[in-house]
Amino acid sequence: MRVNFTVNGRKQEADDVWEGESLLYVLRERMGLPGSKNACEQGECGSCTVRLDGVPVCSCLVAAGQAEGREIVTVEGLADYARHRDDAHPGAGCAAGTCGTSLDRAKRWQARPTDAQGAEAAELSPIQQAFIDAGAVQCGFCTPGLLVAADELLETQPSPSDQDIREALSGNLCRCTGYEKILDAVRLAAARQEETVR
Amino acid sequence: MALHPRAASVPAGTPTRITQGSKTRGGIGESTLRPDGTLKVTGEFAYSSDMWHEDMLWGHTLRSTVAHAEIRSIDIGEAVATPGVYAVLTYDDLPAEMKNYGLEIQDTPVLAHGKVRHHGEPVALVAADHPETARRAAAKIKIDYVELPLITDEASATAPDAILVHEGRTDHHIGHVPHPNIVHRQPIVRGDADAAAARADVIITGDYVFGMQDQAFLGPESGLAVPSEDGGVELYVATQWLHSDLRQIAPVLGLPEDKVRMTLSGVGGAFGGREDLSMQIHACLLALRTGKPVKMVYNRFESFFGHVHRHPAKLHYEHGATKDGKLTHMKCRIVLDGGAYASASPAVVGNASSLAVGPYVVEDVDIEAIALYSNNPPCGAMRGFGAVQACFAYEAQMDKLAAALDMDPVELRQLNAMEQGTLLPTGQPVDSPAPVAELLRRVKARPLPPEQQWLAADAGGSSVDVRALPGGLSNTTHGEGVVRGVGYAVGLKNVGFSEGFDDYSTARVRMEVINGEPVATVHTAMAEVGQGGVTVHAQIARTELGVSQVTIHPADTQVGSAGSTSASRQTYVTGGAVKNSCEAVREQVLEIGRRKFGTYHPAWATAELLLESGKVVTDGGEVLAPLADVLEGEAVDVELEWRHRPTEAFDLRTGQGNGHVQYSFAAHRAVVEVDTELGLVKVIELACAQDVGKALNPLSVVGQIQGGTTQGLGVAVMEEIIVDPRTAKVRNPSFTDYLIPTILDTPTIPVDVLELADDHAPYGLRGIGEAPTLSSTPAVLAAIRNATGLELNRTPVRPEHITGT
Ligand code: FES
Ligand code: FES
Repeated sequence: MRVNFTVNGRKQEADDVWEGESLLYVLRERMGLPGSKNACEQGECGSCTVRLDGVPVCSCLVAAGQAEGREIVTVEGLADYARHRDDAHPGAGCAAGTCGTSLDRAKRWQARPTDAQGAEAAELSPIQQAFIDAGAVQCGFCTPGLLVAADELLETQPSPSDQDIREALSGNLCRCTGYEKILDAVRLAAARQEETVR
Repeated sequence: MALHPRAASVPAGTPTRITQGSKTRGGIGESTLRPDGTLKVTGEFAYSSDMWHEDMLWGHTLRSTVAHAEIRSIDIGEAVATPGVYAVLTYDDLPAEMKNYGLEIQDTPVLAHGKVRHHGEPVALVAADHPETARRAAAKIKIDYVELPLITDEASATAPDAILVHEGRTDHHIGHVPHPNIVHRQPIVRGDADAAAARADVIITGDYVFGMQDQAFLGPESGLAVPSEDGGVELYVATQWLHSDLRQIAPVLGLPEDKVRMTLSGVGGAFGGREDLSMQIHACLLALRTGKPVKMVYNRFESFFGHVHRHPAKLHYEHGATKDGKLTHMKCRIVLDGGAYASASPAVVGNASSLAVGPYVVEDVDIEAIALYSNNPPCGAMRGFGAVQACFAYEAQMDKLAAALDMDPVELRQLNAMEQGTLLPTGQPVDSPAPVAELLRRVKARPLPPEQQWLAADAGGSSVDVRALPGGLSNTTHGEGVVRGVGYAVGLKNVGFSEGFDDYSTARVRMEVINGEPVATVHTAMAEVGQGGVTVHAQIARTELGVSQVTIHPADTQVGSAGSTSASRQTYVTGGAVKNSCEAVREQVLEIGRRKFGTYHPAWATAELLLESGKVVTDGGEVLAPLADVLEGEAVDVELEWRHRPTEAFDLRTGQGNGHVQYSFAAHRAVVEVDTELGLVKVIELACAQDVGKALNPLSVVGQIQGGTTQGLGVAVMEEIIVDPRTAKVRNPSFTDYLIPTILDTPTIPVDVLELADDHAPYGLRGIGEAPTLSSTPAVLAAIRNATGLELNRTPVRPEHITGT
């Protein structure tokens, strides 16, 4: 079958997709976007987390056909997505619950195609930079999924408590770090975000 | 060595002993950031499962569905006929005389021949144009198994009529083991334990069971094999030791080692689970047979069969003490189940026995450790390597002894703590700082986390935040029946490969001027598995060569062996090799400088010279020349091997011998809250104090300690591969059923880092990766015992053990 969808702002189509192929497989093996990781393919580890119309999902559990006509953001598009979010909320804080990713808004969102980013491409989103700075990356296999999940958390809850962070990331396994530095990274990104808002 | 075509382009020379000052930024001691960090956060870092090649095929392994059986026949007819299938291989297709591999003993068949010895053993291979095609074709292969009796424990292994797991053993351990179903046995006898026991006022014994733990690294076993024009093969793979893989792969393929070119691809964690081969040979065989690139990626289910696990163990311990708490003696027997193939079992036995007494002074000991061959899953290396199981038992014993003596458990440990100069049971002195009592003091002195934090979460203290309670959001309790406990443990781990192993590493360092800037390139075969070796190598090169720009060359087999990324050894050994090669480079650079500019300034000949901030300077700080001018068009290039002090084998009867290189110490304090009604445990805090000798990168050091601590926590309360004792089949090969700690299960892990230099090691550093995995498990267990008053002598502790249901 053929699947049409938008990945990181760019229209894509995949041909000869088998019935049983997951969105994860199509992204990794057909779209050349291996950033989303295949650690369990059972929906248990969160390494494959992407945003599907703005909602974080385990892409290993999404059948490719379910992505038809929808918007996907992977770790490869995270920096651009975050940049766009800043444009949409120039300096304004949002009251809790009102600035999450509504399905409607997510559908309207368009990232620029990855090949037209030029020098901007090197810039990282705040959560990506915070993961590096806090030492939250070791082997890094869990990182893409955690970044997508943490980015969504910070979008919906700009100043999460530790319990909020733990809850939001509880579907993402990391075997290397012991999580403490991941918590640090999310706190750091939140603090930096607050600073730019002020 | 034929293996290293580009070896040592310059003679070794005598490098200066000076360690460069750290004026160049990003040198050792700083928390510099990972050079691969940006790639890893953008998704561009190429892990082994990300490899892709035009026209590539997918490989799949068919694995045995039974644990022990004779293979009567294999019918591949239907599989071969499946459209899209390019090759189906069985034992009969192996191209060379050599059909087995193994780290130490070549007892592991590439594909089962005649017999399968454990559940999940590889039997056949398929290459197809889609992974699903390969999987479906493999499912069509028909195998006629005739099941054999199972060896599952010590009793069945050593029964008089026991079937031999490996008939006709010829390895070098067979001469001294009491039964052919025992891989290796190491006794250690020192002093006279029986006589000492007679002096004891209190004697306590205990029996302990340590469950089978899995490394559960997140990046699955995977890689890409590409056939090359000369009949050889290129392999891109995630491993812990490229050269060890190469040594095992080439003979089975029937190729000389230089025709198997290996490059490390991104490794998603390892923890010992990548020391043994998994898909390496299989992918190469399929690539060579089909003439096409072949990619293999295990799913999580297969990953549980694709690597060896931590040895489950049964341990019997006896300790005696005088009434003032001095240990009189220790006797123990440690039975490790090595499963169907030897893997690293002999070395695990060596570690378990030589470290069985822990970080304590006990002069009279009687120790025996064995590893069994059985039809259980093969076990081998995992973080902590034999020392983990022993630590679990001796630390439980310390608490038991303290209770019997009515002493504080930390004081009892401190009273018997080893110090620099203490002899191990092997007779080897610990010849570097051994701050065991101090580490315990530090974790104990730390203020305890506030009680009942589920109440404190609310300003009024009236409402309950269930997220802070055992059971969390499942809302299983509001605090009734929840009790707190505190427990302590400390452990002793060796660093590096022991027992006379030639544990060397090689580093090639090049210095040249690129775009007017001096640049150093470091090329080693070290596997970066996430531990941060690449960060540290760049820091060492900056420190030693005074340059800010350092390039880390990808790890491959075009440079000499770096040894394994395990045993906490890489920063010590390959770090030492990088330092050593940098020193040789520095000498040559200075030689060039003397030649070119020596006549202009007498200091070139008379002063102690350093490389700093891109310049040659005297130790008085006078600048003699920029490195760019010294080197100009020249490049200095050095590849050298580097070795630490040699070790020796343990005597096979007495266990005496200077077997270890270095030691690593960590202590933990665990604070837990237990819901005694449902048996749920929440670890509130798991504080660690560790001596690291010298923290080359403090950020990474803390990260390693927290990661190791969490793996120890996992085995304490949830992690275990469950093997059905009647069938020897694995019952929980998935992340649904094999649980590893999530961020909700993991508490804050405050880390207190001590830096007492080991004078024998580069920069005084100590290997750090494993020690925190040792003491974290017994600390959590001690805390749960403290909370519940239960004996709890096995890992992991499950709710039914707490509730007695
Ligand atoms: S790979 Fe999708 S949840 Fe693990
Ligand atoms: S799994 Fe390796 S860094 Fe998280």
